[in-house]
Amino acid sequence: MSLMSLTAVELGKKIKEKEVSVSEAADAALEGIKNAEGTINSYVTVLSEEDIKKRAKEVQEGIDAGIYAGPLAGVPVAIKDNMCTEGILTTCSSKILGNFVPTYTAEAVINLIKAGAVIIGKTNMDEFAMGSTTETSCYGATKNPWNTEHVPGGSSGGSCTAVAAEECSYALGSDTGGSIRQPSSFCGVTGIKPTYGTVSRYGLIAYGSSLDQIGPVAKDVSDCAAVLETIASYDPKDSTSVKRDDYDFTSALKDDVKGMRIGLPKEYFGEGLDEEVKAAIFKAVDVLKQKGAEVSEFDLGLVEYAIPAYYVIASAEASSNLARFDGVKYGYRCAEYNGLHNMLKRTRSEGFGPEVKRRIMLGSFVLSSGYYDAYYIKALKTKALIKKEFDKAFEDYDVIIAPASPSTAPKIGESLSDPIKMYLGDIYTISANLAGLPGITVPCGTDSKGLPIGLQMLGNCFAEKKIIRTAYAYEQSHEYARCGICK
Amino acid sequence: MSKEYETVIGLEVHVELATKTKIFCGCSTAFGGAPNTHTCPVCTGMPGSLPVLNKQVVEYAAAVGIATGCTINRFCRFDRKNYFYPDNPQNYQISQLYLPICQNGGISIETPEGGKKTVGIHEIHMEEDAGKLVHDEWGEASLVDFNRSGVPLIEIVSEPDMRSAEEVIAYLEKLRLIIQYLGASDCKLNEGSMRADVNLSVREKGSSEFGTRTETKNLNSFKAIARAIANERERQIDIIESGEKVVQETRRWDDAKEYSYPMRSKEDAQDYRYFPEPDLVPVIISDEWFNEIKAKQPELRDEKMARYKEQYGLPDYDIDIITANKKLADIFEETVSLGSSPKKVSNWLMVETMYLLKEKGMEPDKVTFSPANLAKLIKLTDERVINGNVAKEVFEKIFDEDIDPEAYVKENGLMSVSDEGELRAVIEKVIAANPKSVEDINSGKLKAMGFLVGQTMKEMKGKADPASVNKILKELLGI
Amino acid sequence: MANVISDETIEYVGILAKLELSEAEKEQAKKDMGSMLDYIDKLGELDTSDVEPMSHVFPVNNIFREDVVTNGDDSKNILANAPEEKDGSFVVPKTFD
Repeated sequence: MSLMSLTAVELGKKIKEKEVSVSEAADAALEGIKNAEGTINSYVTVLSEEDIKKRAKEVQEGIDAGIYAGPLAGVPVAIKDNMCTEGILTTCSSKILGNFVPTYTAEAVINLIKAGAVIIGKTNMDEFAMGSTTETSCYGATKNPWNTEHVPGGSSGGSCTAVAAEECSYALGSDTGGSIRQPSSFCGVTGIKPTYGTVSRYGLIAYGSSLDQIGPVAKDVSDCAAVLETIASYDPKDSTSVKRDDYDFTSALKDDVKGMRIGLPKEYFGEGLDEEVKAAIFKAVDVLKQKGAEVSEFDLGLVEYAIPAYYVIASAEASSNLARFDGVKYGYRCAEYNGLHNMLKRTRSEGFGPEVKRRIMLGSFVLSSGYYDAYYIKALKTKALIKKEFDKAFEDYDVIIAPASPSTAPKIGESLSDPIKMYLGDIYTISANLAGLPGITVPCGTDSKGLPIGLQMLGNCFAEKKIIRTAYAYEQSHEYARCGICK
Repeated sequence: MSKEYETVIGLEVHVELATKTKIFCGCSTAFGGAPNTHTCPVCTGMPGSLPVLNKQVVEYAAAVGIATGCTINRFCRFDRKNYFYPDNPQNYQISQLYLPICQNGGISIETPEGGKKTVGIHEIHMEEDAGKLVHDEWGEASLVDFNRSGVPLIEIVSEPDMRSAEEVIAYLEKLRLIIQYLGASDCKLNEGSMRADVNLSVREKGSSEFGTRTETKNLNSFKAIARAIANERERQIDIIESGEKVVQETRRWDDAKEYSYPMRSKEDAQDYRYFPEPDLVPVIISDEWFNEIKAKQPELRDEKMARYKEQYGLPDYDIDIITANKKLADIFEETVSLGSSPKKVSNWLMVETMYLLKEKGMEPDKVTFSPANLAKLIKLTDERVINGNVAKEVFEKIFDEDIDPEAYVKENGLMSVSDEGELRAVIEKVIAANPKSVEDINSGKLKAMGFLVGQTMKEMKGKADPASVNKILKELLGI
Repeated sequence: MANVISDETIEYVGILAKLELSEAEKEQAKKDMGSMLDYIDKLGELDTSDVEPMSHVFPVNNIFREDVVTNGDDSKNILANAPEEKDGSFVVPKTFD
């Protein structure tokens, strides 16, 4: 069996104990890529073997010298292609950044490098993280390793498939409206969206600044906790970064949920939810009940307002965040143009794909003169109300359990034709971004088509440890399921 | 012109703050430097970069607000102003629209008619400057330099309270002095650290309604402002008189050609889509912080003028000249604090310093001599170590090179000779050589005394103490 | 569709967003924006008259830098990705004010 079938923490331990060399671990990742990449398309960029070997050697020396002592030293990682990496192409899966090689590295990635991570490559995503299927990438769709006719989810689709298809040990993703949690659930892996402000956004190419968070994607909860512990930091370069004193997330890895108060919002289990998904989640809830958790249903208000509020806020911020891509300073510039304004327009029109243009247009419109109050301010007020609803819920519950998506992974090509329907698929994940909450998805079985189902747990702000603990306890009840492609 | 018109003017003044670093990154704000050498990912809008606010910017902005009688908003935040232009690296400018740091102030100016009036300040907000576009005269390209991108600015928006170019200039002069006194900016119109945009409309005299206003930019001197105001007033009156309507627009003044033209093309809808900047958190100014800023506030000109009169008994004329520039006032106070007589210090500043500044075409800000050396010079004259003419010569050296006058006088042997014996011998010689003058004096023509003093000074190469010369001369002539 | 997006609106938003859409894209954009706005209009059902708009989820404030120069000459890196560069500057098509 490949070293990539181990969890990141298991592999890190073997490296530390000199059972496995850093270079062997990197080779195993490259082997996994050779095996799966042709069918899955997880990566936009795979680093050259030479560069990987060089880094592996450096890390090995660091480990031998005792400089890299953490659990992830020497373990191969894949980074979503919206995080800047010095000297490595960073595209956001967009033509407009198709030639962009940053000269600086995102803070979260720096934290990994300091812990001895070996970067294997940059993963495919929906263009600028706008999408739920990883089909809007200018580098072609990524496919679900469980069934290549299906999407992997998105936007961190490539990060999730790279983990599931054993093309790396673990990966970093980003989550603006569910972009870690939903593809994790579609690919049968575990992912965490931390509390807003926990992981620095410096170097993360912004989509919706007030919603974006970087988080880990891995095979299990222990890996996710270890990765989050490594990447989370207070960063003076990110004004929205929050100083915390509880970065020891692995301390929450305890198989003990006695007395844990778990709430199931009735609104999340009603119409529109696939029966098989629902059944799998209730089965998982039973496991937690048996372990002593106190489970009850409750009414969570305003659920149906989260998506419209989200799309107003995210599109508005995106329309402004993506204004800098204009062919002046970096990235794509159209070949022919007539004067400045024509150059800007053509560059942007040729450089952005349809979904990105759709959101930029919507965002520009909702901020434009005469509509700002009706749409943007209204959405910010709705956000305040939604936050209040969650504050209320967390007075009574430690953890809220929800599906990650109304169904398992749809077929490729089915979603993009009806944007509204695609947006509705985000209903269970989006509120966490509006309210800044942490969330985790863990696999909880497969449907009759053999596609993975994910279970989502939401915690109150700064209560990562509660969801990590609950997810870990649940995870002890079953084995990690590998997908067909790596067997 | 059949009707009489009134000009209504409001100003938007941009002032570059005197911080060492930019508003959102640790790049230097120093002038000069090759293109893009004072830049980083933040001030060039690189993907993934994030702004962090320079605390000093808030303190300067609040200080200007306090000094201009504004209310300081204890909760303020930044907004994004969205528009595409290549000198604006993010294609949005971080500014303040909804909750600016200062509001509702005003400053008092003297009107050309000799009265006083208050020009209201609507708001003061903090924002970032744009980069520089250099247009290639012959080529097909423009070059973008982001060295100025992110330099902190405050924009001071006045109420439409001014009615003439004279009032506008009085307001700007006053504002400039206040800000210079605070040390928040050097406020140079010609170097762009102070920029004034003129909002102007005209209306029939007596009307209470405002006309449609235009905004005129690119005004680099008080003279340009005066010319642009006269020009725009005429232009608008012509439009109205011909039965047409003034269009609300932004115009650019060309001072060489003395005309203005509309700035924006169809490609720019002026719809800035402001929204709260999500990458920055709000600024909250606590009572404690507010009081700290207030306590650091230096004495402003009006207070200083009153104090000079009270404390030093200086004439109004002197006070007006000395306080017109903070640098001069600082030199004055420091020299006085070293023990010199206020009036004597004032004289050196008003007369010799002003003369040399004019002679050398310098701004008072550029004065470099130290108060200690001026104090020493005054002491040398008080103690009659040197005489007045020598003192002037030494002062010029102090002004140019900040030399130590004590050492200089000694090294160059400029001390006045008051030694009785030496002087007496010289004067006896002078008397003997000028019998005609002695005769005149004896016959009552005392004017001839001056001639003999002059001859003595000449013999002494200017270094005689005039009082001693007079005394000995009178004694020898028996008068 | 309750929200009918006019050609003028699409044209105007295109100017704001600096996007030049083809005729087909414009038609699609009108449809998409109309249906999104219909959906967003759902927010109108909520009474938010007494609610403060929330832009930041946490009451974090006063995050500052001290006024100390920390950056040196980084122009080589800053210009590394320039589509066109001349004399240390970014080159753009000739612009007039």
